[in-house]
Amino acid sequence: MEDKTLYTITIFSENTVGVLNQIATIFTRRQLNIETLSVSPSAIKGIHKFTITSYADSDETMKKLVKQIDKRVDILKAYFNTNEDLVHQEIALYKIETAKLLATSQVEKLVRKHNAHILDVNEHSTVIQKTGHYKDTQALFDELAESIGVLQFIRSGRVAITKSKVERLSDMLAKREAKGENEQISRLVN
Amino acid sequence: MKEEYSEQSTISGSEALIRSLLAEEVETIFGYPGGAIMPVFDALYDHRDEIKHILVRHEQAAIHAAQGYARVSRKTGVALVTSGPGATNVITGVTDAMMDSTPLVVISGQVASGLLGSDAFQEADVIGLTMPVTKWAYQIRRVEDIPWAVSRAFYIAASGRPGPVVLDIAKDAQLNRHPFSYKKTDFLRSYDPFPDVEEDDIRAAAALIRSAKKPLALVGQGVILANAEEELKAFLEKADIPFGSTILGLSAIASSHPLNCGMLGMHGNLSPNIKTNECDVLIAIGMRFDDRVTGNLNTYARQAKIIHFDIDEAELNKNVKATVKVLGNAKQTLPMVTGLLEKQSHAEWIEEFKPYEQKEFECVIKEEIHPGAGPIKMGEVVHKVTEATGNKAVCATDVGQNQMMGTRYFKFTQTRSMITSGGLGTMGFGLPAGIGAKVGAPGRTVCIFVGDGGLQMTMQEFGTIMEYDIDVKIILLNNNFLGMVRQWQELFFDERYSETRMKNPDFIKIADAYGIKGRKVIDREELDGAIEEMLAHKGAYLLEVVVETKGMVYPMIPAGGCVSDILLGNGHSLY
Repeated sequence: MEDKTLYTITIFSENTVGVLNQIATIFTRRQLNIETLSVSPSAIKGIHKFTITSYADSDETMKKLVKQIDKRVDILKAYFNTNEDLVHQEIALYKIETAKLLATSQVEKLVRKHNAHILDVNEHSTVIQKTGHYKDTQALFDELAESIGVLQFIRSGRVAITKSKVERLSDMLAKREAKGENEQISRLVN
Repeated sequence: MKEEYSEQSTISGSEALIRSLLAEEVETIFGYPGGAIMPVFDALYDHRDEIKHILVRHEQAAIHAAQGYARVSRKTGVALVTSGPGATNVITGVTDAMMDSTPLVVISGQVASGLLGSDAFQEADVIGLTMPVTKWAYQIRRVEDIPWAVSRAFYIAASGRPGPVVLDIAKDAQLNRHPFSYKKTDFLRSYDPFPDVEEDDIRAAAALIRSAKKPLALVGQGVILANAEEELKAFLEKADIPFGSTILGLSAIASSHPLNCGMLGMHGNLSPNIKTNECDVLIAIGMRFDDRVTGNLNTYARQAKIIHFDIDEAELNKNVKATVKVLGNAKQTLPMVTGLLEKQSHAEWIEEFKPYEQKEFECVIKEEIHPGAGPIKMGEVVHKVTEATGNKAVCATDVGQNQMMGTRYFKFTQTRSMITSGGLGTMGFGLPAGIGAKVGAPGRTVCIFVGDGGLQMTMQEFGTIMEYDIDVKIILLNNNFLGMVRQWQELFFDERYSETRMKNPDFIKIADAYGIKGRKVIDREELDGAIEEMLAHKGAYLLEVVVETKGMVYPMIPAGGCVSDILLGNGHSLY
């Protein structure tokens, strides 16, 4: 994996059944593994946003992948970025034993050091939340695991936003709709 | 809230489907009934004067016939099959159509929506199965979605880079009732089949073409799909550019055109293959640099600046890096480039192709089409058939040696005359695709070249020919071998003929059982007469020609090789 770069692929699609399947198939055909995946409704009604991370050897591979995804009828837009172009976060939850939390001050120190939060405490277990890059959430996990042990751990897929100015989806849609109208008019004229 | 409608104002989903097909001007459907699609067949019964349904003998033939129909007629082919096995039987053809950009709408029945996901009788996950091999696949679960989905399906199948669409219709959607209204789709926000042409690209392409001393064009099926044959001809003639065709680009321009240098690729003609690695500007139009065309990419046209015209952005820079990319429909982009060019002449460069044409004729073609003595050769048969039709016929082929001989030696005067499985290489394609081609172009002679292997993959379609009296001329090149695999075994597997020899039936008797006239030819003296008889015969005809057992297709660039690896056979070498 050392010679490969982690890419973040952003995809906007119509909210139709099976879009994820269509996207996943293209990754499979190109022999690319999906590292993380996050899907949610976008700011525009009816349009979903996929954020996928994947290791690949070059921009060329990513360009081909993204074009093949973009080509699918239900996909509005697909593009890729590297970490430098992005502000990105992942969220991680850690479950630990409440008794161990109370027994020492270690956990408090770790929570402060890693800028994490305690979300829930009951007599059996405590849930800690940490957002950050992969290495940040992993660092907290490693330290917790080493000191008092982690009962359960879960990390979300990446969410990301580009730093540069990119065309807003709403502008792109407006342009498409305008073009559609022009096409319809020109067909009527002809 | 569920809306209520009176009986009178509503129609069944099946009726809505048929009316939607009529709104899309569908005249012919190839299909096969079964449980989950019965309501549609029932509705079809009321419209049998408006839509001709051709009952094939296996669903695979329905899809291949629809492909042949679409390829000759410029229309979208339609196949209608039942759920489960009916749908899975068409998947090979759907994949074939995806590879070869053929516009198809495949309608499959599906179990009732309440049973979906329950492993019901004849249930298959058709959308999951076909998604990777379709341009669009959609499951209709509600009656009210039928017109909308059909309208989208036809728009998507035929626009942009064409391809197959699958509509999987749950049985209850076919039976339930709903008011009908139909609107043709001409816009989808997530899909742009009319990409804006970048003026800068056009100018860059024109500048490069103007500067070229040794230009070569590669013509693909994109030209035919865009109906841009005339625009291509005007472009090539004005810029005086010799060209080679991909297997699917054949027939876009007449074989006899002075700039036509023949076919590209593994079994293509010498001159365009060799000149690909000598030209200074390579102009690819509506083709996708398939590995059977390029061989080893590391030695492919490295010296050339490449201009790539295509409507599919995903093809640009996919296999070969282009100096200039021209995204758009060839019918639009070619005239824009032509308009920026002055009349050019490359007489000297074109002259350089001649020695290779001569060489190929001397080393390969002469012996193949005029052998004089010995067993009949495959190329000889194709040559005699094309001559006898005045090069005006549609040529459908199966896959293998018969296909390469068909594409090498059949000649064309008219576009949309080569029907063959290019990308997927589907054996069993030839006979049903030829049937579809005849239905799509009833006024034309359709010659189907098949081998003894491929014919037996879909030979049940003799039944369809019989029932509908479909006048196809079937030329069986019988060497009692799976010839192309045998050729590779001879060349690359030490002549170890593993599972390629076939004990064959009496094909003429089988044809006779279906009322198809047939004749078996072993002696060369009989061949001309038999071809004449076949073409003069009204109705289908099977001409079985016993050809050389160990015939070879040359020239051949071994898979992954380059032009300097070209094999000419018979002890000949290129240099």
